[in-house]
Amino acid sequence: MTGFAALLVRDMRIAVRVGGGALMGALFFLIVVTMMPFAVGPDLNLLARIGPAILWLGALLASLLALDRLFSTDYEDGSLDLLMMGRMPLELAIAGKGLAHWLTTGLPLVIISPVLGLMLNVELKALGAVALTLAAGTPALTFIGLIGAALSVALRRGGLLLAVLVLPLTVPVLIFGVAAANAAIAGGAPFGPPFTILCALSLASLVVGPFAAAAALRYGLE
Amino acid sequence: MAIIDLANPTRFLRLVDRVLPWLAAATLLAFAVGLAQAMNAPDDYQQGATVKIMFLHVPSAWLGMMGWSLMSVAALGTLVWRHPLADVAGKAAAPLGAAFTFICLVTGSLWGRPTWGTYWQWDGRMTSTLILFLIYLGVVALWRAFDDPGRAGRVIAVFTLVGALDIPVVKYSVDWWNTLHQPASISLMGDEHMPPSMLIPLLVMTFAFTLLFVTLHLVRMRTEIGRRRLTTLERQAAARLAG
Repeated sequence: MTGFAALLVRDMRIAVRVGGGALMGALFFLIVVTMMPFAVGPDLNLLARIGPAILWLGALLASLLALDRLFSTDYEDGSLDLLMMGRMPLELAIAGKGLAHWLTTGLPLVIISPVLGLMLNVELKALGAVALTLAAGTPALTFIGLIGAALSVALRRGGLLLAVLVLPLTVPVLIFGVAAANAAIAGGAPFGPPFTILCALSLASLVVGPFAAAAALRYGLE
Repeated sequence: MAIIDLANPTRFLRLVDRVLPWLAAATLLAFAVGLAQAMNAPDDYQQGATVKIMFLHVPSAWLGMMGWSLMSVAALGTLVWRHPLADVAGKAAAPLGAAFTFICLVTGSLWGRPTWGTYWQWDGRMTSTLILFLIYLGVVALWRAFDDPGRAGRVIAVFTLVGALDIPVVKYSVDWWNTLHQPASISLMGDEHMPPSMLIPLLVMTFAFTLLFVTLHLVRMRTEIGRRRLTTLERQAAARLAG
């Protein structure tokens, strides 16, 4: 087994075992979506109209939830030092940790989003489209979040700052994710352009996130 | 004098002390000329006297963007050239950029009330400026969270460069979002040509604001160097007491 695969398996194992945060994000997502009708009223037509926006906002907040633990637990037990000194490039190791984090917290959000969409009266044929945009967009949230997670380890007490720093940077992902989902539901505007831009944002953050996070960790922990 | 000579803080401070009075005087002079011209500029035939808000609004919008560019260059200076004053320059620029972006937002909304009939419109430019302001506040909060300035400088430089990549993307996507959701708002400053009687005061005011930024930036850099020296002295005194 290569180092990358070993790291991936280790991180996913930690996330799903006792004390891991794997399903916390999904649970938080469920709660946020449940609270929404209490705030805007149980009008099904209104909920159907703003349903994709609620799902996207919930996913955005839920993916932030477990981020500050991404490096901090490794920092506390010393395994982060081993990763930084190891033969595998730190950028690659961070990309592996990001991937494991997305598989354990991002992917569950994508999987449960059709169920939550049903509760919000989103049309059946649009449920798949919303889930597809979430699948394309949540990697961008995780990999932009990597940078914030690295900063908060360098800070040592930066849990609160993380959301303040990361959320403004995710504005483009939110805009194009919701736009693509709405295009799939309402028709009218084409689905292709916002969706491909969403994919492009994910791919770009896949590159920028690990490098920036590695730089922040190197400079922050030296 | 090459930029590397300024790596010595004492030499830098000597230069600042020599330059600062002249800069301050030039700023005052430019503001005197600019404000007088702005007051004498003709009123707009539609907007009346509210058009004068533009003479504060446009320069501060420019400085809000220039602030982040300056921080990005300073971030490169910290990470690539390891210039010892680069992180001081970056730290000093962040609150200034935030302040000018805030002035831009406030003047814009004061102008919008009589002209558009509302204080806030989710217009593309306003929204992306608001997000720029939020990112500035994030950097200011980040500076306040570290205790060791050297480490802070390098980590924040990484975030500043990420922001420099992301801010144009935010700007582009907000513009796209805005045109998708609503027809373009009335554009009074867009492509229409401005008469020289308004353009010249605007340019003078922009020059005055830029001088003000440079002056305040140098003052803040001097204060920051002094603060770091003071911290070092306090630590040495504490170490002497403990030892």
